[in-house]
Amino acid sequence: MSLQYVGLKDINGPLVALEGVSGVAYDEIARIRLNDGTERIGRVVELEGDRAILQVFEGTKGISLENTRTIFSGKPLEIPLATEMLGRVFNGAGKPIDGLGDVFPEKMGDVNGKSLNPVARQYPRNYIHTGVSSIDALMTLIRGQKLPIFSGSGLSHNKLAVQIVKQAKLTGEGSSDFAIVFAAMGVQNDVANYFRRSFEETGASERVCMFLNLSSDPIIERLLTPLCALTAAEYLAFEKNMHILVIMTDMTSYAEALREFSSSKGEIPGRKGYPGYLYSNLASLYERAGVIEGSTGSVTQIPILTMPNDDITHPIPDLTAYITEGQIVFDRDLDQRGVYPGLSVLLSLSRLMKDGIGEGYTRADHAAVSNQLFAAYAKVQDARSLASVIGEEELSDTDRAYMRFGRLFEDNFLNQGFDENRTMDETLDLGWDLLCSLPKSELDRIDEKLLNEKYDPERAARFGDDTVKITTDIANEL
Amino acid sequence: MNTLNNTIYSINGPVVKAADTRDFSMLEMVYVGEKRLIGEVIGVTDKFTTIQVYEDTAGLKIGEPIESTGQPVCATLGPGIISNIFDGIERPLRDMTKLNGAFVAEGNALFSLDTEKKYDVTVTVKAGDKLSGGDIYCTCPETALITHKCMVPPNVSGEVTFAAENGQYCVNDTIIKLKLADGMEMPLTMVQKWAIKKARPIAKRLPINRPLITGQRIIDTIIPIAKGGAAAIPGGFGTGKTMTQHQLAKWCDADIIVYIGCGERGNEMTQVLEEFSELIDPKSNRPLTDRTVLIANTSNMPVAAREASIYTGITLAEYYRDMGYHIAIMADSTSRWAEALREISGRLEEMPAEEGFPAYLPSRLSEFYERAGYAENLNGTEGSVTIIGAVSPQGSDFSEPVTQNTKRFVRCFWALDKSLAYARHYPAIDWNQSYSEYVEDLSGFYNENVGLEFMGLRQEIANILQEETKLMEIVKLIGADVLPDDQKLAIETARVVRVGFLQQNAYHKDDTYVPLEKQMLMMKVIVRLYRKSLDALKNGVMLSDVLATGLFEKAIKIKYDIPNNNLKMFDGYFKEIEEKIGALSV
Repeated sequence: MSLQYVGLKDINGPLVALEGVSGVAYDEIARIRLNDGTERIGRVVELEGDRAILQVFEGTKGISLENTRTIFSGKPLEIPLATEMLGRVFNGAGKPIDGLGDVFPEKMGDVNGKSLNPVARQYPRNYIHTGVSSIDALMTLIRGQKLPIFSGSGLSHNKLAVQIVKQAKLTGEGSSDFAIVFAAMGVQNDVANYFRRSFEETGASERVCMFLNLSSDPIIERLLTPLCALTAAEYLAFEKNMHILVIMTDMTSYAEALREFSSSKGEIPGRKGYPGYLYSNLASLYERAGVIEGSTGSVTQIPILTMPNDDITHPIPDLTAYITEGQIVFDRDLDQRGVYPGLSVLLSLSRLMKDGIGEGYTRADHAAVSNQLFAAYAKVQDARSLASVIGEEELSDTDRAYMRFGRLFEDNFLNQGFDENRTMDETLDLGWDLLCSLPKSELDRIDEKLLNEKYDPERAARFGDDTVKITTDIANEL
Repeated sequence: MNTLNNTIYSINGPVVKAADTRDFSMLEMVYVGEKRLIGEVIGVTDKFTTIQVYEDTAGLKIGEPIESTGQPVCATLGPGIISNIFDGIERPLRDMTKLNGAFVAEGNALFSLDTEKKYDVTVTVKAGDKLSGGDIYCTCPETALITHKCMVPPNVSGEVTFAAENGQYCVNDTIIKLKLADGMEMPLTMVQKWAIKKARPIAKRLPINRPLITGQRIIDTIIPIAKGGAAAIPGGFGTGKTMTQHQLAKWCDADIIVYIGCGERGNEMTQVLEEFSELIDPKSNRPLTDRTVLIANTSNMPVAAREASIYTGITLAEYYRDMGYHIAIMADSTSRWAEALREISGRLEEMPAEEGFPAYLPSRLSEFYERAGYAENLNGTEGSVTIIGAVSPQGSDFSEPVTQNTKRFVRCFWALDKSLAYARHYPAIDWNQSYSEYVEDLSGFYNENVGLEFMGLRQEIANILQEETKLMEIVKLIGADVLPDDQKLAIETARVVRVGFLQQNAYHKDDTYVPLEKQMLMMKVIVRLYRKSLDALKNGVMLSDVLATGLFEKAIKIKYDIPNNNLKMFDGYFKEIEEKIGALSV
């Protein structure tokens, strides 16, 4: 027999308190039945003596101190899991909202997950091809990695996310078992529709499982959205041996929901009002990416966040980057110049890339090309800042060559079409072509043998006469 | 005292309270709930006892029992620690996977060490011997590199009444029995316990005067660390803290490495596990895991255990120091530890100080770093514990509380710089912001063991870098062209120092570890080249002619061109400098 508690003691934002309860477990789920027959779900977030505090997922609107009956389930929040979740759309709490009825569960899964034992992890090695040159060459996405996209309001992160979903593919064995779990937290209705429509148009929707929490949906449900999505991803990856790419957008809304929840609970705030446990909380999501022993599947995460005021030192991007294995950063200037995707190469980084590229994975010269492109593009910035002081005409020939390289790199390498799916070979060859627009002596990150084999100033010819002239000038000089 | 009467009164995240109880003492270890989760008492008032729980509290209920143990949280010390991997409270993670699969479950009080493995024990005492704290009574090979020495616990002394024969024993077998002063007989196995928050006693501290040789040029020559010293590596994300820690763990000349992954990435621990078992220590030809202990409390594991992981790590290190070994601790990252303190403090509703960190943050940090040191142990051996702590400043801002307070308690500071990292200059240690107060203490060692020129060359290299920093201010304003040739030469030489000497390639077989002698010769080439060129300029030679000799580019490539085992090749470089620059002067 299940015990019903009538009424509440107090209500504060999304939290309600009950008194006189017993036998309630921390973190357990309760059903709160309203007098009008509707039902809401709550989770125990604090227990003190006979007092229990619950967070109500659907919000407390319409709840009074007297019109409820609360039944504790004795279990943490679980969602039904099945392979047929692919192609379906759920709300933030894991309830189907596409009108196709309930999922027939193969298994129930606790959404909180457990922490993964580091010994059971396998170091991620193989890469995921995205078809986007800047990502593939310079910040390669590795299976089992968590690689966030740091963006700002109004930048094309959503477009990039769709392009990645559309083009992402695996190489090598098991490449057919690839699917995407998409979690939207606090996104606007039309953004959600954009994703939904894009997935349908590109035919990707059959391998996408969506969890949608719109910006008008209750914030507690927003806190659940990534948990449900990751639980589904873990099930598909580790029990069904699939390779799952989880895209979570927008983590900023998630963190803000967490702040709202924390302040209504009366907790002591840390930096910028975010709770002191923001790091641990974000980590409990991001760390659910990985590859484990005894399963051929993997969970790869691309969380997307909009940096408030484009500030990368804001706690949300800052803490995220400390947990994730690198970051992909959007640059507003490039975006405004019409470069798509306008990624800031120097701020972006993939930590796992070094072990997942090269011979056997991508191509033997990948590391050399990407190092040299990074180094050269870093010098472009020096040349530009010098030019802004003394004027471009006053620059040395080498610096002028760098200025040109910078422009060519941005226009040809970074910039690419929304429908342009470049292969790894195309991307790396393009990198070589660009490097060949620089004098050979400047390419100091590539070993002599490889350089002699590949370097040919003529390769840069395709970018226009202007460049060729400059390089031959310098060649003559040397 | 009926401990079963104590029950849970409230639960808030990892903090659990018991009401109306007087049974608990501060820092005592307790078992919480039906699942027997491990917890520690962190506050006692007349109304409540506050307990932090080292495991996930989901599913706990009000009224479940809390069981006291009467003991503080202890580390289990004995053979089997090395090459193992533990969580923050020294539970063996490998055994946990066998028990629970890939995900960590709660409430398993596993014994830290393998109790079934037999060790080849040599007993070094006989009946009638008088032993006191720290004395070694038996030894056994723990790994191919480390001989484990079992010691009488520090606070115990007495006469041996029984000593086992040499032979095969498990860790829990009795090896000797001691008759204590009060007449009681105390059996000693190969295992002892020690409270993790209490430093193990030593006879006395010794002066710090030997470097921890790391094979990393910028560290060994410019900003050295001493054995028994403490260093901090602060750096924003992506600046290579972890990479630097890995390099040090791989190559430094400590006998044992304790690597604490505190609140960091799971995949990084996996990488350490994989890489260290594949990497062969050049000195012993054994995998590096034979001298490494890993403590992994990744960022998604319970926050209270993250706090404990640092103490567990240093306790293990002190135990091996007592045997006479040199230990280096890599703590990655102490900021996560400080954040764990903040999180617990917030749950206790303590009054926060700076940025929400508790007011006791500086004292906790100093307690930790003070456990480093070069010591004469109770048994007369000498050993050291060196602490290298990574700091992850929020927003890469070194003025935040953890970095600032850490700076007060360490004497060596390796500041990692974002712009160097963006330029892919690794290790991205910024020579302007970093410092080491050990330079003086170590000069004697360098003079005796490396060469009398070493300290002088080091100073010259530092001067060139400083000169460059000064000149770059001017260059930024008016461009390099207006500088006179000798200043341009300084800038060019500084480039050689930066690219050829300070930048080090962790993935190159020779460059990943460079012996001190080669480091010195490399400095010598650069300084010689600089001086000769400067002389030539004074004699009216054009800088462009000096640069056209190609010697500067050649100096940059020394790190790849001269193998570590063929230092004779340097002679050719010196000769070439003499000849080529000399030819210009004529």
